[in-house]
Amino acid sequence: MQTTTEIGYNSKVEGDVIVTRLEAALNWFRQYSLWPMPMGLACCAIELMAAGASRFDIARFGAEVMRFSPRQSDVMIVSGTVTYKMALVVRRLYEQMAEPKWVIAMGACASTGGMYRSYAVLQGVDRILPVDVYVAGCPPRPEALLDALIKLQAKVRREPVLATLKRPGPALPVRPPALQARLQP
Amino acid sequence: MTALELARQLRHRFGEVLSEPLEFRGEITLELRDPERIAEVCQVARSELGFDLLLDISSVDNYDRPPRWLIVYELYSLRHGQHLRLKTQVAEEVSELPSVTSVWPAADWHEREIYDMMGIRFRGHPDLRRILMWEGYPYHPLRKDFPLRGLPSEVPGVAFTESAPLEGGPFVTTPGAPDAIAREPRARPVREET
Repeated sequence: MQTTTEIGYNSKVEGDVIVTRLEAALNWFRQYSLWPMPMGLACCAIELMAAGASRFDIARFGAEVMRFSPRQSDVMIVSGTVTYKMALVVRRLYEQMAEPKWVIAMGACASTGGMYRSYAVLQGVDRILPVDVYVAGCPPRPEALLDALIKLQAKVRREPVLATLKRPGPALPVRPPALQARLQP
Repeated sequence: MTALELARQLRHRFGEVLSEPLEFRGEITLELRDPERIAEVCQVARSELGFDLLLDISSVDNYDRPPRWLIVYELYSLRHGQHLRLKTQVAEEVSELPSVTSVWPAADWHEREIYDMMGIRFRGHPDLRRILMWEGYPYHPLRKDFPLRGLPSEVPGVAFTESAPLEGGPFVTTPGAPDAIAREPRARPVREET
């Protein structure tokens, strides 16, 4: 008995096969399943919760799986005032997240220190973390956070996954100089 | 019994160490002339006059008008439903007074906060550590001579601080100015000290 293997066009699977680039597929998988790590530090966290709840429903964008463990998260949403007391804890949590990882600075405080020009507040979380998207507002509306998520998805979609597969992630900003000295081997 | 009567009883008990009860807008204040006796006065206020609730302890920095520190105790009696305020002044060279944790355990965190923010020590406190800032932070940030923008510091592995950009500020008001326009917070020259 002779068997034949069909190569090429197959009418039985027509319409069920999509041809694409590997990179585009990987980015597509990533962008629609960003698991957020809710770094809720102040009132912005309330808006973050609203964004996750039924009215605004962040699940529409595939980012509803809030994980309180950094090891299971893709995007850290820093929502609220980062005090100096909390700063190195936030940084440690970020360092524990697996690559690839992103950061959204939600609200005025996380972006720049906001109204707290004070001895106690870090003047923007970008002093210790590489921030991908900044969200304006005090606090931002949930729509603004969803917009930030969509912007982050657009960024993820453009990332050269295969080219950077073996490369480490973005370098951490190291400030102040004393902190930098400590991080160097 | 009213707060005024309770205050008179306390003064009768301690005499000249306490001032005459001062009344302002229905609130009674006693000034204690010797801060070393604060725990003793509080003990009597609690056990004999029924001031069983310590609402708050706060502190004032008079900066260039000595004595520098003013410590304010807010007492409340559940039995009488009355408030009483005790004030006592401490010189900067001393910066220490007895703890009232033996009278009200609630004083524990209040006194730690004053120690942290103002640098006033409480003798006999069971655990006088910083409560808001971290161990090793070198300043007492609510002192008048500490700049609002903060000063750089670092405790490796725990926390660091930097000076905040104030962009023309801090915006401070002028208490006692004749009208609301003059009292409005405006940028004023920063006092550079410490």
